Amino acid sequence: MSYPTDRKYTKEHEWITADGTIGITDHAQESLGDIVFVELPKVGTEITVGKAFGTVESVKAVSDLFAPVSGTVTALNEALATAPEQVNKDAHGAWMVKIKVKDPAEMNALLSAADYEKFVSEEASH
Amino acid sequence: MNAVHRQMGAKMVEFNGWDMPVEYPASIGGGIIAEHMAVRSGVGIFDVSHMGDIRLAGREALAAVQHISMNDASRLALGQAQYSALLYPQGTFVDDVIVHRLGEDEYLLVINAGTREKDFNWVRDNTRQFDCKVEHLSDDFTQIAIQGPKGADLLQKLTDADLSAVKFYWLTRGTVCGLKNILMGRTGYTAEDGFEIYIPSDEATSARVWHEILAAGKEFGIVPCGLGARNTLRLEGKLPLYGHEISDIINVWEAGVDRFCKMEKSDFIGRAALEKAKAEGVKKTLVGLEMVDRGIARDGYKVQDEGGREIGYVTSGSPAPFLKKNIALAYVPPEQATIGTTVRVEIRGQAVKAQVIPTPFYKRPKKAAKSE
Repeated sequence: MSYPTDRKYTKEHEWITADGTIGITDHAQESLGDIVFVELPKVGTEITVGKAFGTVESVKAVSDLFAPVSGTVTALNEALATAPEQVNKDAHGAWMVKIKVKDPAEMNALLSAADYEKFVSEEASH
Repeated sequence: MNAVHRQMGAKMVEFNGWDMPVEYPASIGGGIIAEHMAVRSGVGIFDVSHMGDIRLAGREALAAVQHISMNDASRLALGQAQYSALLYPQGTFVDDVIVHRLGEDEYLLVINAGTREKDFNWVRDNTRQFDCKVEHLSDDFTQIAIQGPKGADLLQKLTDADLSAVKFYWLTRGTVCGLKNILMGRTGYTAEDGFEIYIPSDEATSARVWHEILAAGKEFGIVPCGLGARNTLRLEGKLPLYGHEISDIINVWEAGVDRFCKMEKSDFIGRAALEKAKAEGVKKTLVGLEMVDRGIARDGYKVQDEGGREIGYVTSGSPAPFLKKNIALAYVPPEQATIGTTVRVEIRGQAVKAQVIPTPFYKRPKKAAKSE
Protein backbone atom coordinates (compact mmCIF):
# COMPACT_ATOMS: atom_id res chain seq x y z
CA MET A 1 0.00 0.00 0.00
CA SER A 2 1.30 3.42 -0.79
CA TYR A 3 0.06 6.19 1.44
CA PRO A 4 -1.07 9.47 -0.15
CA THR A 5 1.42 12.26 0.39
CA ASP A 6 -1.24 15.00 0.48
CA ARG A 7 -1.89 14.40 4.19
CA LYS A 8 -0.35 13.63 7.59
CA TYR A 9 -0.65 10.52 9.74
CA THR A 10 -0.75 9.54 13.41
CA LYS A 11 0.70 6.55 15.22
CA GLU A 12 -2.93 5.69 16.10
CA HIS A 13 -3.51 5.19 12.36
CA GLU A 14 -5.58 8.25 11.46
CA TRP A 15 -4.90 10.59 8.58
CA ILE A 16 -5.67 14.30 8.31
CA THR A 17 -5.45 16.65 5.35
CA ALA A 18 -4.37 20.28 5.54
CA ASP A 19 -8.03 21.38 5.42
CA GLY A 20 -8.89 19.22 8.45
CA THR A 21 -10.48 16.13 6.88
CA ILE A 22 -9.91 13.06 9.05
CA GLY A 23 -10.08 9.33 8.35
CA ILE A 24 -8.34 6.09 9.24
CA THR A 25 -5.53 4.52 7.29
CA ASP A 26 -5.60 1.54 5.01
CA HIS A 27 -3.46 -0.26 7.54
CA ALA A 28 -6.08 0.45 10.22
CA GLN A 29 -8.99 -0.88 8.16
CA GLU A 30 -6.92 -3.92 7.26
CA SER A 31 -6.16 -4.66 10.93
CA LEU A 32 -9.76 -4.12 12.02
CA GLY A 33 -11.33 -6.31 9.36
CA ASP A 34 -14.96 -5.91 8.24
CA ILE A 35 -16.11 -2.54 9.57
CA VAL A 36 -19.75 -2.55 10.61
CA PHE A 37 -20.23 0.56 12.71
CA VAL A 38 -18.81 4.07 12.82
CA GLU A 39 -19.78 6.38 15.66
CA LEU A 40 -18.95 10.05 15.16
CA PRO A 41 -19.35 13.20 17.25
CA LYS A 42 -21.99 15.81 16.38
CA VAL A 43 -21.15 18.84 14.29
CA GLY A 44 -19.92 21.53 16.63
CA THR A 45 -18.13 19.13 19.00
CA GLU A 46 -14.69 20.25 20.14
CA ILE A 47 -12.14 17.48 19.76
CA THR A 48 -8.77 17.47 21.53
CA VAL A 49 -5.48 16.25 20.14
CA GLY A 50 -4.72 12.67 21.28
CA LYS A 51 -8.19 12.19 22.80
CA ALA A 52 -10.83 9.77 21.55
CA PHE A 53 -13.59 11.46 19.54
CA GLY A 54 -15.40 8.49 18.00
CA THR A 55 -15.44 4.76 17.53
CA VAL A 56 -15.00 2.32 14.70
CA GLU A 57 -16.26 -1.22 15.17
CA SER A 58 -15.50 -4.26 13.09
CA VAL A 59 -17.26 -7.59 13.53
CA LYS A 60 -14.64 -8.54 16.05
CA ALA A 61 -13.31 -5.37 17.63
CA VAL A 62 -14.07 -1.91 18.98
CA SER A 63 -11.49 0.76 18.28
CA ASP A 64 -11.34 4.41 19.31
CA LEU A 65 -10.72 7.24 16.87
CA PHE A 66 -8.12 9.66 18.21
CA ALA A 67 -7.95 13.29 17.20
CA PRO A 68 -4.76 13.99 15.21
CA VAL A 69 -5.04 17.66 16.21
CA SER A 70 -7.52 19.78 18.16
CA GLY A 71 -10.43 21.46 16.46
CA THR A 72 -14.17 21.80 16.01
CA VAL A 73 -16.20 19.32 13.97
CA THR A 74 -17.75 21.01 10.94
CA ALA A 75 -19.05 18.00 8.97
CA LEU A 76 -19.60 14.25 9.21
CA ASN A 77 -19.50 11.64 6.49
CA GLU A 78 -23.08 10.55 7.02
CA ALA A 79 -22.86 7.86 4.36
CA LEU A 80 -20.83 5.79 6.80
CA ALA A 81 -23.89 5.33 9.02
CA THR A 82 -25.47 3.05 6.43
CA ALA A 83 -22.37 1.97 4.49
CA PRO A 84 -19.51 1.58 6.97
CA GLU A 85 -17.88 -0.97 4.66
CA GLN A 86 -16.80 2.00 2.52
CA VAL A 87 -13.92 2.35 4.95
CA ASN A 88 -12.68 -1.14 4.05
CA LYS A 89 -13.05 -0.46 0.35
CA ASP A 90 -11.34 2.93 0.32
CA ALA A 91 -9.91 3.99 3.65
CA HIS A 92 -8.12 6.99 2.23
CA GLY A 93 -11.26 8.23 0.47
CA ALA A 94 -13.90 7.38 3.09
CA TRP A 95 -13.34 10.30 5.42
CA MET A 96 -15.01 10.42 8.82
CA VAL A 97 -15.15 14.04 9.98
CA LYS A 98 -14.00 17.45 8.88
CA ILE A 99 -12.76 19.82 11.53
CA LYS A 100 -11.76 23.45 11.76
CA VAL A 101 -8.19 23.07 12.96
CA LYS A 102 -7.54 25.10 16.09
CA ASP A 103 -3.77 25.40 15.83
CA PRO A 104 -2.19 24.48 12.48
CA ALA A 105 1.17 24.19 14.23
CA GLU A 106 -0.07 20.90 15.76
CA MET A 107 0.09 19.41 12.28
CA ASN A 108 3.87 19.63 12.37
CA ALA A 109 4.06 16.93 15.02
CA LEU A 110 2.37 14.38 12.72
CA LEU A 111 3.99 11.80 10.47
CA SER A 112 4.59 12.15 6.75
CA ALA A 113 3.39 9.35 4.46
CA ALA A 114 6.91 7.91 4.29
CA ASP A 115 7.40 8.05 8.06
CA TYR A 116 4.01 6.45 8.65
CA GLU A 117 4.76 3.65 6.23
CA LYS A 118 8.05 3.06 8.02
CA PHE A 119 6.27 3.10 11.39
CA VAL A 120 3.73 0.50 10.20
CA SER A 121 6.37 -1.84 8.83
CA GLU A 122 8.40 -1.57 12.03
CA GLU A 123 5.27 -2.30 14.08
CA ALA A 124 4.55 -5.38 11.95
CA SER A 125 8.03 -6.80 12.46
CA HIS A 126 7.69 -6.76 16.26
CA MET B 1 -0.27 -25.73 10.73
CA ASN B 2 0.89 -22.31 11.74
CA ALA B 3 3.12 -21.85 8.72
CA VAL B 4 0.23 -22.80 6.44
CA HIS B 5 -2.05 -20.10 7.84
CA ARG B 6 0.66 -17.46 7.75
CA GLN B 7 1.50 -18.37 4.21
CA MET B 8 -2.16 -17.90 3.28
CA GLY B 9 -1.96 -14.43 4.78
CA ALA B 10 -4.17 -15.10 7.79
CA LYS B 11 -4.37 -12.55 10.55
CA MET B 12 -3.14 -14.42 13.59
CA VAL B 13 -3.99 -13.98 17.24
CA GLU B 14 -2.96 -15.60 20.48
CA PHE B 15 -5.81 -17.70 21.83
CA ASN B 16 -5.32 -19.62 25.06
CA GLY B 17 -1.63 -19.99 24.31
CA TRP B 18 -2.27 -20.93 20.68
CA ASP B 19 -1.30 -18.84 17.72
CA MET B 20 -4.52 -19.08 15.71
CA PRO B 21 -5.93 -17.60 12.51
CA VAL B 22 -8.67 -15.01 13.19
CA GLU B 23 -9.52 -14.44 9.57
CA TYR B 24 -8.05 -14.89 6.12
CA PRO B 25 -7.43 -12.10 3.63
CA ALA B 26 -10.15 -10.85 1.30
CA SER B 27 -7.91 -11.74 -1.65
CA ILE B 28 -8.63 -15.46 -1.05
CA GLY B 29 -12.30 -14.98 -0.19
CA GLY B 30 -11.75 -14.36 3.51
CA GLY B 31 -12.81 -11.73 6.03
CA ILE B 32 -15.11 -12.65 8.91
CA ILE B 33 -18.33 -11.78 7.08
CA ALA B 34 -17.37 -13.60 3.86
CA GLU B 35 -16.15 -16.63 5.82
CA HIS B 36 -19.35 -16.71 7.86
CA MET B 37 -21.52 -16.50 4.74
CA ALA B 38 -19.52 -19.24 3.00
CA VAL B 39 -20.36 -21.62 5.84
CA ARG B 40 -24.06 -20.69 5.77
CA SER B 41 -24.37 -21.07 2.01
CA GLY B 42 -21.60 -23.42 0.85
CA VAL B 43 -18.65 -24.69 2.81
CA GLY B 44 -15.79 -23.43 4.93
CA ILE B 45 -12.89 -25.17 6.65
CA PHE B 46 -11.42 -24.43 10.03
CA ASP B 47 -8.21 -25.62 11.61
CA VAL B 48 -9.44 -26.41 15.11
CA SER B 49 -6.37 -28.30 16.27
CA HIS B 50 -6.42 -26.31 19.49
CA MET B 51 -9.36 -28.46 20.60
CA GLY B 52 -8.27 -31.20 22.99
CA ASP B 53 -9.01 -34.90 23.10
CA ILE B 54 -9.22 -37.31 26.02
CA ARG B 55 -9.66 -41.03 25.48
CA LEU B 56 -11.18 -43.30 28.11
CA ALA B 57 -10.89 -47.01 27.45
CA GLY B 58 -11.34 -50.11 29.54
CA ARG B 59 -13.86 -52.37 31.21
CA GLU B 60 -15.43 -49.53 33.23
CA ALA B 61 -15.07 -46.73 30.69
CA LEU B 62 -18.82 -46.17 30.50
CA ALA B 63 -19.16 -45.96 34.28
CA ALA B 64 -16.28 -43.47 34.36
CA VAL B 65 -17.83 -41.29 31.64
CA GLN B 66 -21.20 -41.44 33.40
CA HIS B 67 -19.62 -40.34 36.67
CA ILE B 68 -17.87 -37.27 35.22
CA SER B 69 -20.38 -36.04 32.64
CA MET B 70 -23.98 -34.82 32.81
CA ASN B 71 -25.50 -36.40 29.71
CA ASP B 72 -26.39 -40.09 29.59
CA ALA B 73 -23.55 -41.86 27.78
CA SER B 74 -25.30 -45.22 28.19
CA ARG B 75 -27.64 -44.10 25.42
CA LEU B 76 -24.79 -43.87 22.93
CA ALA B 77 -24.66 -46.57 20.28
CA LEU B 78 -21.29 -47.45 18.76
CA GLY B 79 -20.31 -44.55 16.54
CA GLN B 80 -22.64 -42.04 18.15
CA ALA B 81 -21.77 -38.75 19.83
CA GLN B 82 -23.51 -36.42 22.28
CA TYR B 83 -23.10 -32.92 23.66
CA SER B 84 -22.35 -33.04 27.38
CA ALA B 85 -20.42 -31.27 30.11
CA LEU B 86 -18.00 -31.99 32.93
CA LEU B 87 -19.32 -30.43 36.13
CA TYR B 88 -17.91 -29.38 39.46
CA PRO B 89 -19.67 -30.68 42.59
CA GLN B 90 -21.43 -27.25 42.70
CA GLY B 91 -23.15 -28.02 39.39
CA THR B 92 -21.06 -25.44 37.51
CA PHE B 93 -18.91 -26.11 34.47
CA VAL B 94 -15.42 -27.59 34.26
CA ASP B 95 -16.01 -27.55 30.50
CA ASP B 96 -18.50 -28.57 27.85
CA VAL B 97 -17.52 -31.59 25.76
CA ILE B 98 -18.61 -33.82 22.95
CA VAL B 99 -18.57 -37.46 24.02
CA HIS B 100 -17.96 -39.89 21.16
CA ARG B 101 -18.41 -43.62 21.60
CA LEU B 102 -15.59 -45.11 19.56
CA GLY B 103 -15.80 -48.73 20.67
CA GLU B 104 -17.54 -51.13 23.01
CA ASP B 105 -15.61 -49.71 25.99
CA GLU B 106 -13.92 -46.73 24.40
CA TYR B 107 -14.94 -43.06 24.54
CA LEU B 108 -13.37 -39.89 23.19
CA LEU B 109 -14.07 -36.54 24.85
CA VAL B 110 -13.43 -33.51 22.67
CA ILE B 111 -12.68 -30.58 24.92
CA ASN B 112 -11.88 -26.87 24.67
CA ALA B 113 -8.42 -25.44 24.07
CA GLY B 114 -8.26 -23.16 27.07
CA THR B 115 -9.25 -25.90 29.50
CA ARG B 116 -7.19 -28.81 28.18
CA GLU B 117 -4.90 -29.38 31.14
CA LYS B 118 -7.60 -28.63 33.68
CA ASP B 119 -10.00 -31.02 31.95
CA PHE B 120 -7.48 -33.81 31.65
CA ASN B 121 -6.46 -33.54 35.30
CA TRP B 122 -10.10 -33.41 36.30
CA VAL B 123 -11.02 -36.49 34.30
CA ARG B 124 -7.97 -38.44 35.47
CA ASP B 125 -8.39 -37.52 39.15
CA ASN B 126 -12.10 -38.30 39.20
CA THR B 127 -11.99 -41.64 37.41
CA ARG B 128 -9.27 -43.35 39.46
CA GLN B 129 -11.80 -45.70 41.06
CA PHE B 130 -12.74 -47.13 37.66
CA ASP B 131 -11.00 -49.84 35.67
CA CYS B 132 -10.33 -47.55 32.74
CA LYS B 133 -7.32 -45.96 31.13
CA VAL B 134 -7.39 -42.19 30.62
CA GLU B 135 -5.16 -40.74 27.91
CA HIS B 136 -4.57 -37.17 26.81
CA LEU B 137 -4.41 -37.31 23.00
CA SER B 138 -4.67 -33.60 22.26
CA ASP B 139 -1.29 -33.38 20.59
CA ASP B 140 -1.85 -36.47 18.45
CA PHE B 141 -4.50 -34.96 16.20
CA THR B 142 -4.99 -32.07 13.86
CA GLN B 143 -8.72 -31.41 13.95
CA ILE B 144 -10.19 -29.90 10.82
CA ALA B 145 -13.83 -28.80 10.66
CA ILE B 146 -15.53 -28.88 7.25
CA GLN B 147 -18.72 -26.92 7.79
CA GLY B 148 -21.66 -25.88 5.70
CA PRO B 149 -24.45 -27.36 3.58
CA LYS B 150 -21.83 -28.53 1.06
CA GLY B 151 -19.53 -29.98 3.73
CA ALA B 152 -20.65 -33.57 3.28
CA ASP B 153 -20.41 -33.38 -0.53
CA LEU B 154 -16.89 -32.04 -0.25
CA LEU B 155 -15.63 -34.61 2.24
CA GLN B 156 -17.30 -37.38 0.23
CA LYS B 157 -14.94 -36.54 -2.65
CA LEU B 158 -11.97 -37.30 -0.39
CA THR B 159 -13.08 -40.43 1.42
CA ASP B 160 -14.25 -43.97 0.71
CA ALA B 161 -16.66 -43.92 3.67
CA ASP B 162 -20.35 -43.53 2.81
CA LEU B 163 -21.16 -40.23 4.47
CA SER B 164 -24.83 -40.31 3.53
CA ALA B 165 -25.15 -43.08 6.13
CA VAL B 166 -23.73 -40.86 8.86
CA LYS B 167 -26.39 -38.88 10.71
CA PHE B 168 -25.89 -35.66 12.65
CA TYR B 169 -23.87 -36.42 15.79
CA TRP B 170 -22.70 -39.79 14.52
CA LEU B 171 -19.23 -40.73 13.36
CA THR B 172 -17.48 -43.06 11.00
CA ARG B 173 -13.99 -44.09 10.01
CA GLY B 174 -12.48 -44.33 6.58
CA THR B 175 -9.64 -43.39 4.32
CA VAL B 176 -9.30 -39.63 3.88
CA CYS B 177 -6.80 -38.17 1.41
CA GLY B 178 -5.04 -41.53 1.41
CA LEU B 179 -4.80 -41.72 5.21
CA LYS B 180 -6.37 -44.89 6.57
CA ASN B 181 -8.80 -45.23 9.45
CA ILE B 182 -9.51 -41.53 9.93
CA LEU B 183 -12.22 -40.55 12.39
CA MET B 184 -14.94 -38.32 10.91
CA GLY B 185 -17.71 -36.97 13.11
CA ARG B 186 -20.81 -35.21 11.78
CA THR B 187 -20.40 -32.50 14.39
CA GLY B 188 -19.41 -28.86 14.48
CA TYR B 189 -19.64 -25.51 16.15
CA THR B 190 -21.32 -23.46 13.46
CA ALA B 191 -25.02 -24.43 13.71
CA GLU B 192 -24.61 -25.83 10.22
CA ASP B 193 -24.25 -29.34 8.83
CA GLY B 194 -20.69 -30.57 8.46
CA PHE B 195 -17.92 -32.85 9.64
CA GLU B 196 -14.95 -32.69 11.93
CA ILE B 197 -12.05 -34.95 11.01
CA TYR B 198 -9.11 -36.02 13.14
CA ILE B 199 -5.86 -36.52 11.25
CA PRO B 200 -2.31 -37.21 12.45
CA SER B 201 -0.84 -33.99 13.78
CA ASP B 202 2.50 -33.98 12.00
CA GLU B 203 2.95 -30.75 10.08
CA ALA B 204 3.48 -32.24 6.64
CA THR B 205 0.38 -34.46 6.78
CA SER B 206 -1.79 -31.71 8.24
CA ALA B 207 -0.70 -29.22 5.61
CA ARG B 208 -1.21 -31.70 2.79
CA VAL B 209 -4.76 -32.59 3.91
CA TRP B 210 -5.63 -28.91 4.45
CA HIS B 211 -4.55 -28.04 0.90
CA GLU B 212 -6.27 -31.09 -0.60
CA ILE B 213 -9.55 -30.12 1.06
CA LEU B 214 -9.22 -26.57 -0.22
CA ALA B 215 -8.52 -27.80 -3.74
CA ALA B 216 -11.42 -30.29 -3.69
CA GLY B 217 -13.70 -27.59 -2.29
CA LYS B 218 -13.14 -25.10 -5.10
CA GLU B 219 -16.25 -26.24 -6.96
CA PHE B 220 -18.30 -25.53 -3.83
CA GLY B 221 -16.78 -22.09 -3.27
CA ILE B 222 -14.80 -23.17 -0.23
CA VAL B 223 -13.32 -20.49 2.01
CA PRO B 224 -10.77 -21.06 4.80
CA CYS B 225 -12.25 -19.71 8.04
CA GLY B 226 -10.73 -18.39 11.23
CA LEU B 227 -11.74 -18.00 14.84
CA GLY B 228 -13.65 -14.80 14.07
CA ALA B 229 -16.22 -16.53 11.87
CA ARG B 230 -16.26 -19.53 14.20
CA ASN B 231 -17.41 -17.19 16.95
CA THR B 232 -20.11 -15.40 14.95
CA LEU B 233 -21.42 -18.70 13.56
CA ARG B 234 -21.70 -20.32 16.96
CA LEU B 235 -23.27 -17.19 18.42
CA GLU B 236 -26.05 -17.17 15.78
CA GLY B 237 -26.70 -20.78 16.76
CA LYS B 238 -26.54 -19.98 20.51
CA LEU B 239 -23.83 -22.57 21.03
CA PRO B 240 -22.17 -21.83 24.38
CA LEU B 241 -18.53 -20.77 24.68
CA TYR B 242 -16.56 -21.67 27.78
CA GLY B 243 -15.69 -18.58 29.83
CA HIS B 244 -18.69 -16.75 28.36
CA GLU B 245 -22.06 -18.52 28.52
CA ILE B 246 -20.70 -21.33 30.70
CA SER B 247 -18.02 -21.23 33.38
CA ASP B 248 -17.17 -22.34 36.89
CA ILE B 249 -19.67 -19.80 38.29
CA ILE B 250 -22.61 -20.68 36.01
CA ASN B 251 -24.73 -23.76 36.61
CA VAL B 252 -26.55 -25.99 34.14
CA TRP B 253 -30.00 -24.51 34.76
CA GLU B 254 -28.78 -20.94 34.38
CA ALA B 255 -27.04 -21.77 31.10
CA GLY B 256 -30.24 -23.40 29.82
CA VAL B 257 -28.58 -26.62 28.67
CA ASP B 258 -31.09 -28.70 30.64
CA ARG B 259 -31.84 -31.08 27.81
CA PHE B 260 -28.27 -32.36 27.84
CA CYS B 261 -28.35 -33.00 31.60
CA LYS B 262 -29.93 -36.32 32.52
CA MET B 263 -30.85 -36.15 36.19
CA GLU B 264 -32.54 -39.55 36.00
CA LYS B 265 -29.36 -41.42 35.05
CA SER B 266 -26.96 -42.83 37.67
CA ASP B 267 -25.26 -40.37 40.00
CA PHE B 268 -22.70 -37.96 38.54
CA ILE B 269 -20.51 -35.17 39.86
CA GLY B 270 -22.63 -32.05 40.31
CA ARG B 271 -25.97 -33.84 40.44
CA ALA B 272 -26.75 -33.21 44.11
CA ALA B 273 -26.04 -29.50 43.82
CA LEU B 274 -28.16 -29.29 40.68
CA GLU B 275 -31.06 -30.95 42.45
CA LYS B 276 -30.86 -28.34 45.18
CA ALA B 277 -30.43 -25.49 42.69
CA LYS B 278 -33.48 -26.64 40.78
CA ALA B 279 -35.60 -26.60 43.92
CA GLU B 280 -34.39 -23.12 44.79
CA GLY B 281 -34.91 -21.73 41.29
CA VAL B 282 -32.41 -19.74 39.23
CA LYS B 283 -31.48 -16.12 39.90
CA LYS B 284 -30.23 -15.52 36.39
CA THR B 285 -30.93 -17.06 33.04
CA LEU B 286 -29.38 -16.86 29.58
CA VAL B 287 -31.40 -14.91 27.02
CA GLY B 288 -30.95 -13.79 23.44
CA LEU B 289 -30.98 -10.06 22.73
CA GLU B 290 -31.41 -8.13 19.54
CA MET B 291 -30.29 -4.52 19.52
CA VAL B 292 -33.26 -2.31 18.68
CA ASP B 293 -31.36 0.98 18.51
CA ARG B 294 -28.00 1.56 16.88
CA GLY B 295 -25.14 -0.07 18.74
CA ILE B 296 -23.32 -3.35 19.18
CA ALA B 297 -23.39 -5.17 22.51
CA ARG B 298 -20.05 -6.73 23.36
CA ASP B 299 -18.85 -9.30 25.86
CA GLY B 300 -19.02 -7.94 29.39
CA TYR B 301 -21.29 -4.96 28.72
CA LYS B 302 -23.89 -4.30 31.42
CA VAL B 303 -27.59 -4.88 30.89
CA GLN B 304 -30.13 -2.55 32.49
CA ASP B 305 -33.89 -2.66 32.82
CA GLU B 306 -35.97 0.14 31.34
CA GLY B 307 -35.61 2.11 34.54
CA GLY B 308 -31.83 2.12 34.26
CA ARG B 309 -31.24 -0.44 37.02
CA GLU B 310 -28.38 -2.88 36.35
CA ILE B 311 -29.86 -6.37 35.97
CA GLY B 312 -27.25 -8.45 34.16
CA TYR B 313 -24.43 -8.65 31.66
CA VAL B 314 -23.64 -9.66 28.11
CA THR B 315 -21.67 -12.90 27.72
CA SER B 316 -21.20 -12.67 23.93
CA GLY B 317 -22.25 -9.93 21.57
CA SER B 318 -21.55 -9.22 17.94
CA PRO B 319 -23.00 -8.25 14.62
CA ALA B 320 -24.59 -11.39 13.14
CA PRO B 321 -23.40 -11.55 9.52
CA PHE B 322 -26.11 -13.89 8.23
CA LEU B 323 -29.02 -12.40 10.19
CA LYS B 324 -27.75 -8.89 9.55
CA LYS B 325 -28.57 -7.58 12.98
CA ASN B 326 -26.69 -7.00 16.19
CA ILE B 327 -27.25 -9.82 18.64
CA ALA B 328 -26.06 -10.84 22.06
CA LEU B 329 -26.42 -13.47 24.74
CA ALA B 330 -26.86 -12.14 28.25
CA TYR B 331 -27.63 -13.23 31.78
CA VAL B 332 -30.66 -11.49 33.29
CA PRO B 333 -33.08 -12.34 36.12
CA PRO B 334 -35.88 -14.73 35.05
CA GLU B 335 -38.44 -11.90 35.47
CA GLN B 336 -36.76 -10.04 32.61
CA ALA B 337 -36.29 -13.10 30.41
CA THR B 338 -39.69 -13.16 28.71
CA ILE B 339 -39.60 -12.85 24.92
CA GLY B 340 -40.36 -9.26 23.97
CA THR B 341 -39.00 -7.69 27.17
CA THR B 342 -37.25 -4.41 26.49
CA VAL B 343 -33.88 -3.95 28.17
CA ARG B 344 -30.94 -1.62 27.66
CA VAL B 345 -27.31 -2.43 27.03
CA GLU B 346 -24.78 0.05 28.34
CA ILE B 347 -22.48 0.87 25.44
CA ARG B 348 -19.76 3.40 26.26
CA GLY B 349 -21.97 5.15 28.78
CA GLN B 350 -25.12 5.14 26.65
CA ALA B 351 -28.10 2.94 27.47
CA VAL B 352 -29.00 1.44 24.09
CA LYS B 353 -32.36 -0.28 23.62
CA ALA B 354 -32.48 -4.04 23.05
CA GLN B 355 -35.15 -6.70 23.15
CA VAL B 356 -35.29 -10.29 24.38
CA ILE B 357 -35.90 -12.48 21.32
CA PRO B 358 -36.25 -16.26 20.79
CA THR B 359 -33.11 -18.36 20.45
CA PRO B 360 -31.31 -19.90 18.73
CA PHE B 361 -31.08 -16.77 16.60
CA TYR B 362 -30.33 -18.98 13.61
CA LYS B 363 -31.57 -22.47 12.83
CA ARG B 364 -30.42 -24.21 9.72
CA PRO B 365 -33.11 -25.01 7.13
CA LYS B 366 -34.69 -28.41 7.70
CA LYS B 367 -34.03 -29.55 4.14
CA ALA B 368 -31.35 -31.93 5.45
CA ALA B 369 -33.95 -33.81 7.48
CA LYS B 370 -32.38 -37.16 6.70
CA SER B 371 -29.23 -36.08 8.47
CA GLU B 372 -30.96 -35.00 11.68
